[in-house]
Amino acid sequence: MLIQQLSIFLENKKGRFTEVANILGAAGVNMSAFTVAENSDFGILRLIVSDPDKAIRVLRENRYAVSTTDVVCLYCPNEPGALAKAMDIITGAGIFVEYMYAFAQGESAHVIIRPDNTEKCVEVLQANQLTLLAASDLYKL
Amino acid sequence: MIWNETMECMKREDMTKLQGIRLKETVERVYHNCVPYRKRMQEAGVTPDDIQSIEDIVKLPFTSKKDLRDYYPFELLSVPISEIVRLQASSGTTGKPIVVGYTRKDLGIWGEVGARCFTAYGIRKQDVVQVSYGYGLFTGGLGAHAAAETVGAAVLPMSSGNTEKQIMLMHDFGSVALACTPSYALYLADGLKDSGIPREEFKLKIGAFGAEPWTEAMRKELEEKLGIKAYDIYGLTEIIGPGVGYECVHQNGTHLCEDHFYPEIVNPETGEPVPHGQMGELVFSTITKTGMPLLRFRTRDLTSLNYETCECGRTAVRMGRILGRSDDMLIIRGVNVFPSQVEAVICEMPELEPHYFIEVDRVNNLDTFEVRVEVKEEFYSDDMSTLVGLKKQIAHRLQSVIGLQPDVKLVEPRSIERSQGKAKRVNDKRKLV
Repeated sequence: MLIQQLSIFLENKKGRFTEVANILGAAGVNMSAFTVAENSDFGILRLIVSDPDKAIRVLRENRYAVSTTDVVCLYCPNEPGALAKAMDIITGAGIFVEYMYAFAQGESAHVIIRPDNTEKCVEVLQANQLTLLAASDLYKL
Repeated sequence: MIWNETMECMKREDMTKLQGIRLKETVERVYHNCVPYRKRMQEAGVTPDDIQSIEDIVKLPFTSKKDLRDYYPFELLSVPISEIVRLQASSGTTGKPIVVGYTRKDLGIWGEVGARCFTAYGIRKQDVVQVSYGYGLFTGGLGAHAAAETVGAAVLPMSSGNTEKQIMLMHDFGSVALACTPSYALYLADGLKDSGIPREEFKLKIGAFGAEPWTEAMRKELEEKLGIKAYDIYGLTEIIGPGVGYECVHQNGTHLCEDHFYPEIVNPETGEPVPHGQMGELVFSTITKTGMPLLRFRTRDLTSLNYETCECGRTAVRMGRILGRSDDMLIIRGVNVFPSQVEAVICEMPELEPHYFIEVDRVNNLDTFEVRVEVKEEFYSDDMSTLVGLKKQIAHRLQSVIGLQPDVKLVEPRSIERSQGKAKRVNDKRKLV
């Protein structure tokens, strides 16, 4: 239930993200979700893609610094209180969330979570009957 | 191995005597054949008769880079142009370049001193030497070429650039030694890695690097990446080019070819000689060259001299590490900053690639000081705080060495321009009038 997220180091310069999007597009790699963490001179682009290995290869060929991190993707209904319930479980288990990002569409919402203890996070969420997406499901979204 | 044991291991008193004789000959030559020298000496009230031994050298006026510009292109020649067989020039950062004319005898000297360097590095006549310094007006290419040829090695005159071909021929021809700038050597190290050819298929074991200042940390980096022993070759276009000095296997200072280039250390402010062993500005007099001899040329390089006999058996005086070229020195917010200090810090940090770029500007009457660095691929992280922490750590180290806090910028891999010749690592955008 772990999903491989790519982290790409980008300078805060015009057109950097455009170039990444173009490289992935040309390689036929689809992006499912992304977020950018940034400070004044650089950013980290965090990305979930349909074919991580291929994405890493083409990005490295284009001299991007790419690292990978395991994240969890939680499915929850797109309604008030749904996320709060999941977060209570995570926090209650003593898990610290380093960062998270989400996308909601129609009746469903997906939350990408980067916990400090990935295995434990998966365990407690599943024990509480919450739905986690496998990499293969997410890439198809 | 020692190329010229007579000269490189000569007893001090014999060397002093020889230097005196050669200086006297040179002074006579320039006095009678070169108008600017004669005028200078007359102004200083010195005649060739006043020069009887090497100690008398202090009576002579200094020369500087400015003289080479003022008497551009040929006024400092001490022979008619018909005796000149080669012209070289250094890239002038402002306006006209600095021109040096060589007679056939001078070219012979250049080959001789170069052979001393290459022999000290362990290069032998059966070796293939790949010369990847730029060929042309720059003295690097043709200087290293003459050195290798004099030793009797097989010269591979690659010049710089075309990295893939460099790697291919290095492999196919079995180059044992590589002569180039240290920054280009780093570039080639990347190329070697990218080629995917196993290291054991290369015969490379010696690097003869020079033409730009480099640090001990950069040496380590080059030796690790290329799997070689890296030696410094010292030279100045004005004096002859590469070959003025070299490191022996003990790498404890740079032996100078002092039977051809007489070194002095003076106080950069007053021009007075400093006591033996002390730091100061290096001054050279060429005492054998005939085309364009230079007497008491102020190099702007800050260093010291060591007259003790080296473990290698050579008596040839050793020059310490050059702290900086006073020309390269930046004054930022009133603090003297040498790019070599920045380089030393960058090269010591395992997280960083040995490439950097310094940009200095003035915004609202305040100097800005930006240092751009590349993080090694494996140290780029998903964690923002790790990267921000690294940035702070670099800034802190630089501050402790330089005494000035730079604005450190982490940049993308391989985004700092790799030089194929002399690296341009500083951009001073301040418009100061």
